[in-house]
Amino acid sequence: MAIIEAEGLKKTYSSKSGPVHALDGMNLSVPQGTVKALLGPNGAGKTTVVKILTTLVQPTAGSAHIDGIDVLRDPKAARRIIGVSGQYAAVDEGLTGFENLEMVGRLYHLGARESKRRAQELIDQFELTEAGNRPVKGFSGGMRRRIDLAGALVIRPKILFLDEPTTGLDPRSRLSMWGIIKELVKDGTTLLLTTQYLEEADQLSDDIAVIDGGRTIAAGTADELKAQIGGHRVVVSLVDAADAPPAREILGRHGDGEPSVGGDGRTVEVAVTNGPRALQYILSDLGEAGIDLHDAGMRRPSLDDVFLKLTGHRTEDASEEATQKETAA
Amino acid sequence: MSVLAPENRQPENRRSAIRGGTPEPPSELSMWFSDGWTVTKRNLTKLKRSPDMLIFAVLQPIMFVLLFSQIYGGSIQVEGADYTQYLMAGIFAQTVIFGSTFSGSAMAQDLKDGIIDRFRTLPMSSSAVLIGRTNSDLVLNALSVVIMMGTGFVVGWRVNASMGSFLAGLGLLLLFSYAFSWVMALLGMSVKSPEVINNASFMILFPLTFISNAFVQSQNLPSALETFANWNPVSALVQAARELFGNTGTLPAPDAWPMQNAVLTVLIGAALMLVVFVPLCIRKFRLISSR
Ligand SMILES: Nc1ncnc2c1ncn2[C@@H]1O[C@H](COP(=O)(O)OP(=O)(O)OP(=O)(O)O)[C@@H](O)[C@H]1O
Ligand SMILES: [Mg+2]
Repeated sequence: MAIIEAEGLKKTYSSKSGPVHALDGMNLSVPQGTVKALLGPNGAGKTTVVKILTTLVQPTAGSAHIDGIDVLRDPKAARRIIGVSGQYAAVDEGLTGFENLEMVGRLYHLGARESKRRAQELIDQFELTEAGNRPVKGFSGGMRRRIDLAGALVIRPKILFLDEPTTGLDPRSRLSMWGIIKELVKDGTTLLLTTQYLEEADQLSDDIAVIDGGRTIAAGTADELKAQIGGHRVVVSLVDAADAPPAREILGRHGDGEPSVGGDGRTVEVAVTNGPRALQYILSDLGEAGIDLHDAGMRRPSLDDVFLKLTGHRTEDASEEATQKETAA
Repeated sequence: MSVLAPENRQPENRRSAIRGGTPEPPSELSMWFSDGWTVTKRNLTKLKRSPDMLIFAVLQPIMFVLLFSQIYGGSIQVEGADYTQYLMAGIFAQTVIFGSTFSGSAMAQDLKDGIIDRFRTLPMSSSAVLIGRTNSDLVLNALSVVIMMGTGFVVGWRVNASMGSFLAGLGLLLLFSYAFSWVMALLGMSVKSPEVINNASFMILFPLTFISNAFVQSQNLPSALETFANWNPVSALVQAARELFGNTGTLPAPDAWPMQNAVLTVLIGAALMLVVFVPLCIRKFRLISSR
């Protein structure tokens, strides 16, 4: 049996505009010692899954077990083996970093001396030494995140839950957080993490579940998912929108599947198998056809591409953006 | 950077492998004590670090003391007692009752900050956060009352009773405030907004403290309000403290059962609040989630 096992999870919230089905029959299985990423857009139900598995929320229906413990029946036993860092940092603003971690140790019943020792160890390891003795109030978002993550590691948990650990961090802090997480799972801690970035899921996890509307719509390793949606994408930006039809034809010649034309009428894009090679061919064909370009390049598929491929619709954020662009144009 | 130190760097005597979960769980009772204490200590650390709460808790009553005893004092007559002696028990009651509202706004603030979500994923006693909250607010209230007694002493207030009676009066004020903290804590968890709690408690507590015997004799109020004042639990607290501190002079207790049996009324009231609100609070806390 997998160390995290959830079946048929449903969670319905009531709101003013009627019931909201945050989870709609979600299944999840994470083998011991592996890293699973839940990938999904805003409102997909990521936080709700994490909250149910970490005993914060009771599902409307379904079952959840971690390490053989029924999370719904015996939350206290579950809490003894998990470490949690939620989407919003759960730290005490009025306490210092050290005091926050020490308090968590005491509440895990590590005893006074061990709690202090572990708090100091985490402060050192997370390079928070300077900030450790100041109230969290004055910390930057990134530091707060790190204190919160450290709080999840006080007992070296058997299962770690991280809900969007890098959202809101600048690129440098994101890289450093990735480093920390990779280091953490080296020794076999089971990790369930959520993210909105395909690249992050790819970097950190063994296995990805793409979720939307409260259920899993695709699952597999990053490579398997990429195989489904194509590897790189070639994007060209035209000087003259009138060139779009011939450009589309040329991109279609070297890509996998139908090229798409962006909302502005000048951006043409296609999924390709061998990125650099396809880009070379496309550029030379466009040049021969006398089509002028503003810009051209390759990019990795985004969550939005995964979505478009898997569901036929864009993520809500992306379609909002597209609508805005269209109305602006 | 190594986040999990290699096992061999651990000291020899460290507790039975904390890896993979906590050590054997302590008994329910010892957990209840130690977790309650951990949270109390956390709250007191914060109080010490930003003592504005204490200043806020005593500033208004100090202004009331000055206003009533020094400015209005001459125009308020209490037959058979000196007004300053009469007033102070009312001030003490008002101080602790307003102090208890902090239990509500602090619970709401903790929910807002998300720290409650951290607590709720830890294997701690589920009543510890509430116990810690009400404990530390009891300390806050005790400090406030002591400061107010000092203020009273400066303006001429004196205790005319035995040490035992004085301590009983002090104990009764704090017992009532402790029980009332649980009422406010439930309100704080239900409303979830510290600002709303502050405004709402103001609107509830103002009539309770003003339509009472705290500042004037209830018999001087219009007759409908007089009945309310005589049955108002705040009046019973004030009357009880007044009697135990020996500040009633030759003034008889108003002719209503709670006023005639003020100490008993306060004890019953506090017991009722605890019996009803402690279980409600614990149940609410188990179900609550901040976001
Ligand atoms: N307490 C609540 N009351 C009402 N609706 C809620 C509540 N919590 C979540 N929802 C709704 O449930 C759905 C799933 O929310 P959830 O927070 O799990 O999504 P998410 O994938 O974590 O999104 P995000 O990326 O924005 O964090 C959303 O539509 C959300 O509005
Ligand atoms: Mg979320």
